[in-house]
Amino acid sequence: MKYLHFLRVNLFRKKIRTGLTIGSFAIAMLLFGLLVIVRLAFNQGVEVAGADRLIVMNRITFIEPLPISYMDRIAAMPGVKAVTHATWFGGTYQDPKNFFPQFAVDPESWHLMYPEYLVGDDQWKAFLGDRQAAIAGAGIAKQYGWKIGDRIPIEGTIFPGNWEFNLVGIYTGATPKDDVTQFWFHYDYLNETLKQAGGRSWVDHPGWYVVKLDNPDDAANIVKKIDQTFANSDYETKTDTEQAFAENFAKQVGNIAFILEAVGAVVFFTLLLVTGNTMATSVRERTAEWAILKALGFSDRFLLFFVLAESISIALIGGLLGIGLAKLSTAWGSPAPSVLPLFYLPADQMLVGVGVALAVGVVAGLLPALSASRLKVVDALRRV
Amino acid sequence: MVRVDGTSSGESLIQIRGLEKNYSRAGEEIHVLQGLNLDVGKGEFVAFMGPSGSGKTTLLNLLGGLDTPSRGSITVAGDEITHMSAGKLTQWRARHVGFIFQMYNLLPVLTAFQNVELPLLLTKLSKSERKQHVDIALEIVGLANRSNHYPRQLSGGQEQRVAIARAIVADPTFLLCDEPTGDLDRKAADEILDLLTRLCKEHGKTILMVSHDPLAADRAGAVLHLNKGALVEAQGVGGPA
Repeated sequence: MKYLHFLRVNLFRKKIRTGLTIGSFAIAMLLFGLLVIVRLAFNQGVEVAGADRLIVMNRITFIEPLPISYMDRIAAMPGVKAVTHATWFGGTYQDPKNFFPQFAVDPESWHLMYPEYLVGDDQWKAFLGDRQAAIAGAGIAKQYGWKIGDRIPIEGTIFPGNWEFNLVGIYTGATPKDDVTQFWFHYDYLNETLKQAGGRSWVDHPGWYVVKLDNPDDAANIVKKIDQTFANSDYETKTDTEQAFAENFAKQVGNIAFILEAVGAVVFFTLLLVTGNTMATSVRERTAEWAILKALGFSDRFLLFFVLAESISIALIGGLLGIGLAKLSTAWGSPAPSVLPLFYLPADQMLVGVGVALAVGVVAGLLPALSASRLKVVDALRRV
Repeated sequence: MVRVDGTSSGESLIQIRGLEKNYSRAGEEIHVLQGLNLDVGKGEFVAFMGPSGSGKTTLLNLLGGLDTPSRGSITVAGDEITHMSAGKLTQWRARHVGFIFQMYNLLPVLTAFQNVELPLLLTKLSKSERKQHVDIALEIVGLANRSNHYPRQLSGGQEQRVAIARAIVADPTFLLCDEPTGDLDRKAADEILDLLTRLCKEHGKTILMVSHDPLAADRAGAVLHLNKGALVEAQGVGGPA
């Protein structure tokens, strides 16, 4: 502690240079934080996918439906605990750019399938009692300023028309990773409206099934069984684990993780050079001072750790600043909820960020620290 | 008593025997110091004079444990330093040597107080004890009222007095002064020399000083003239030069 003042005054002797280096660190760590946020957003489906759930969809494409009769047939298979279905509605709210996932669901089985989505008992009761009722995720409700009792108009795209829903509940996630940007309403409302309109292709044909297994270890067998059961029918199925489904969905956007990691690596390599250069210049400028400190009796090891402490301090201040800014950027939610429904920076990733900053600080400071510690007093004083 | 004949009176604080320092430059062997003998008693003020390249500063560096000799030995207060490891030598320097340089070499980011406090950071003294020591050192050099000033706010003479305070604050065994007045005007130089003389006479400090300035050398009890690494003349010593 007695060296803290000495460290501080040395660190800020060139305020502009130190400030710019800290700024570089802060921007790099902000970028790191944002990359992590985006990567998590793209992978959130994969990360929260239930290990014991399967997705059954149309073999041709997931936007083609499946017959409602499949529900009972799948439910009757050994090893299947529960089945539900959902249909992608694909509407917009007030403006075409206000897009978020809307699902027509079978309420009872949906609720049992996804215990991670938390809805108050009263709200759920109200949902069951009203055919036009809807439940929205807390994230999307916050974004549009919805509250329970609001009437929500949705402009249909796949199912044209102006659809109106009564918002009776708002769900939250059991963990921060759970998607709270969905909008659920009754499949019956969709199905019966389509029937009345004389529609044919989507009547009694939900979009996909979600299957809960008694034992996740049976997943491979049951996947095979389901697809074999419906093979050579008008509606062949393609069944995957929920995780594989989410991964395939994410891959349609491209190998986001690779792109983000490549950008991150370039940023940190550049940061290493910037900080290393700052420390090397700073140490070189103080050659005479290191010599004096050595002459006074300060050890080589002291100088090594002192220079490293300066480098680490820069990294830590910049790192905390950048990570703090990244965290702050999530305070107002996702800037594009339809593309990135989840927009958060978890504590463990913040710690990883601080760790990365510290590692860069150590590596950047190591060579200058070694040169200061190995300095020969006589040679250094001769140069003064 | 200062002796240069290699015979010890048994009361020497500093004892140098057969000291040699050679450098190899562009394949050529340069003999900077050649078989030097010296005994310095406690409380002596010794000045080394001689032309540039005569080996004065090399001798000072060897005495301060900043460099190692090619041959010979240096013993200070019973410790032979010539065979100490670098780590031990660093610790020894902190305990026994006070350095005063021509260019003062204060740390510009620290105040006078903090500069003087530096050697004490290596000790186990508490903060209040350190303050007490620093206050006394600054009082001795007459700069108690400048303790919060930064080096850039002080004159050259004042900076050198702070450097002297830094050199004496940990009460080292001896002081090594390398051209302490070389960068000062006559008046400031005299003040520094007065201070060094006072430190020797009133506080019993042993001082070894390198200087080109004959007036500075006049203050010393013994003056040793070096040329090409050898002792060529000595005044005020107890043995033949």
